[in-house]
Amino acid sequence: MNNVKLISRLKDMVRRREFGVFIIIVVVMVLVGIRNPTFFTSDNWKDMLMYVSILAFISIGQMMTIVTGGIDLSVGSVVALSGMSVGMIMREYPVLHPVILILFGTVFGLGCGLLNGLLIGKGKIPPLITTLATMSIYRGLVVVVSGSRWVVYGDITDGFRMIARGNILGINNLMFAALIIAIVAYYFLNHTRRGREIYAFGDHQEGAKFAGINGVKINILVYTISGMLAGFGGVLWVSRVHTAQANTALGYEMQTIASCVIGGVSIFGGVGSVVGVLLGTLMFGIILNSLELIGIVDFYKLAVQGFIILVAVIFDAILSHRVMERMRKQRRIFDAG
Amino acid sequence: MQDDSVNITRFSISAILKSWEFTIFSLLVVVFIINLFLSPDLFRIENLFDATLTFTEKSIVTLPMTLLIISGVIDISIASISAMSGVILGVCFKAGIAIGYAILIGLMVGILAGLINGLIITKLQIPSIVVTLAMMLFYRGIGYILLGDTAVRNLPERFGLLGGAYSVTFIPIQFIIFIVLAIIFGLVLHRTTFGRLIYVVGNNANAARYSGVPVDRIRLILCVVTGFISGLSGILLTSRIGSARPDIALGNEMAVITIVLLGGVYIFGGKGTILGVVIAALMLGYVHYGLSILNIQEQVIRIVTGGLLIIALLIPTISAKFKVREKSPGGA
Repeated sequence: MNNVKLISRLKDMVRRREFGVFIIIVVVMVLVGIRNPTFFTSDNWKDMLMYVSILAFISIGQMMTIVTGGIDLSVGSVVALSGMSVGMIMREYPVLHPVILILFGTVFGLGCGLLNGLLIGKGKIPPLITTLATMSIYRGLVVVVSGSRWVVYGDITDGFRMIARGNILGINNLMFAALIIAIVAYYFLNHTRRGREIYAFGDHQEGAKFAGINGVKINILVYTISGMLAGFGGVLWVSRVHTAQANTALGYEMQTIASCVIGGVSIFGGVGSVVGVLLGTLMFGIILNSLELIGIVDFYKLAVQGFIILVAVIFDAILSHRVMERMRKQRRIFDAG
Repeated sequence: MQDDSVNITRFSISAILKSWEFTIFSLLVVVFIINLFLSPDLFRIENLFDATLTFTEKSIVTLPMTLLIISGVIDISIASISAMSGVILGVCFKAGIAIGYAILIGLMVGILAGLINGLIITKLQIPSIVVTLAMMLFYRGIGYILLGDTAVRNLPERFGLLGGAYSVTFIPIQFIIFIVLAIIFGLVLHRTTFGRLIYVVGNNANAARYSGVPVDRIRLILCVVTGFISGLSGILLTSRIGSARPDIALGNEMAVITIVLLGGVYIFGGKGTILGVVIAALMLGYVHYGLSILNIQEQVIRIVTGGLLIIALLIPTISAKFKVREKSPGGA
């Protein structure tokens, strides 16, 4: 009984968090809209949503790693590596259908993620350090593979350009992809056994082990998914911006992490929802976009990102300390009664 | 430190595996010999010390980082603190403050940054990696806010001596600073109560707390020291390249962590020696030196560093498997 109450209370908290993010989004939108009315033009929204779409599904992959108590710092490099490789294949074989290129990119990303997962799961290396290393390895590979020759506008075929520009059912392809991935991820995380195991593992690794959950498999799975989504995102990225360079998506991992922590994903593991991440991404995208619209120079972006992550993390820590405190009190009452 | 390891050493595989300092030292010798083949000029003692100029800025940060990781905390904002200190030094100098005071302000910035890190980590009990991840962006961002894509040049010549000059005809001042700091940190870690407490905290923070060890205060002090040395490293680097800019020391955090882990420090805390880290610093420094002699791209060097980091991390897992294998037939 007590447990059920606690769980419902925890759920309440998460729900309130998402609601809070939603309110902040609305407030920021109104403020920026007053300052600069171009914010509400449909062109601006389309640009912003196209940017947010890619960020959204890569952040969902990131969320799964954070829910297990880990982190994936290599996503930015995987985006660049997959985008560059696919761009080069396209340059050599312009006849290839875009769908095949998308498959290639996704498989490249999957490979990168699998390597992360194996090192973390089998090698028992802390995720942050592993992905810090692979981040720089994959980033270095971008330069080595390309021989410092970037993929430029002229290399992009018309069919490939249509990946980002085309529509499905009247929705832009990028948004459509993000939507489908979000729905699949929602179903996977909330309604399948494996998905629930990810939460259980992140909540309490020792306990999950005793419940017969294979931690190695979970680790390999989440990092592979994260890498796969980043690889897929890399293809869409190149299709959207029409170039692939060594510094493509540099620092992107921080944006995905920021989106997650804003969206209520706990860095302590075990807590996080797809809806929260979507709202977090939207809020983060709006903040980045409005910085530009208000006329704040580019150089502030880094500090603002760091500050946002810090505030969200501190907020999260204070909340979770409070929940722990409440649990302790209830246990005391339970023991006494 | 050395006496202990000699006493313990017995001629069996596990003992050799255990004395990691010896392994890393043989690696250093191998790297050294390869470098000699690549460039016979290295054999001249001036060049030998000249080569250290390229990596002493990183190496001095490995010392406090060793203590920090042994105590169970990690700081990945060090490179950003270095950059921020260098930038603020430059900005202060541009504003007309004497260079001596500007250096002091730069060092204070490092201390302050470390203090902020430490306070958030210890007071709010948030994992240090997440805090310093955010701080990594924030401190670097402050550098960019202050200078944008410009740089402060025309720093006084006297200041340039700090990072590039030689003290006793051929030994760079930087290298002397590194050696002196290494001795100080070595003594603190291996010969004082405070040093022993760092191991205690790293082995089991909860047990340490219950036995009355001021866990949070020790970690806070180490964070501040790390910030201070990072600031110093940033100032030395600024002095060596002759201009203050916000994009210096990029990726240094990875190089520093790689050195510390290669030096035999256990990533989860509680294990490691300064001697091992110093040898690892020299080794990685000369690996980079050799690669740059071969005219290899910086990106490839980063791949090598990343690969070495992963190998260093896999060592405990692999050696644990070895131990299990060795024990099981022995125990039967």
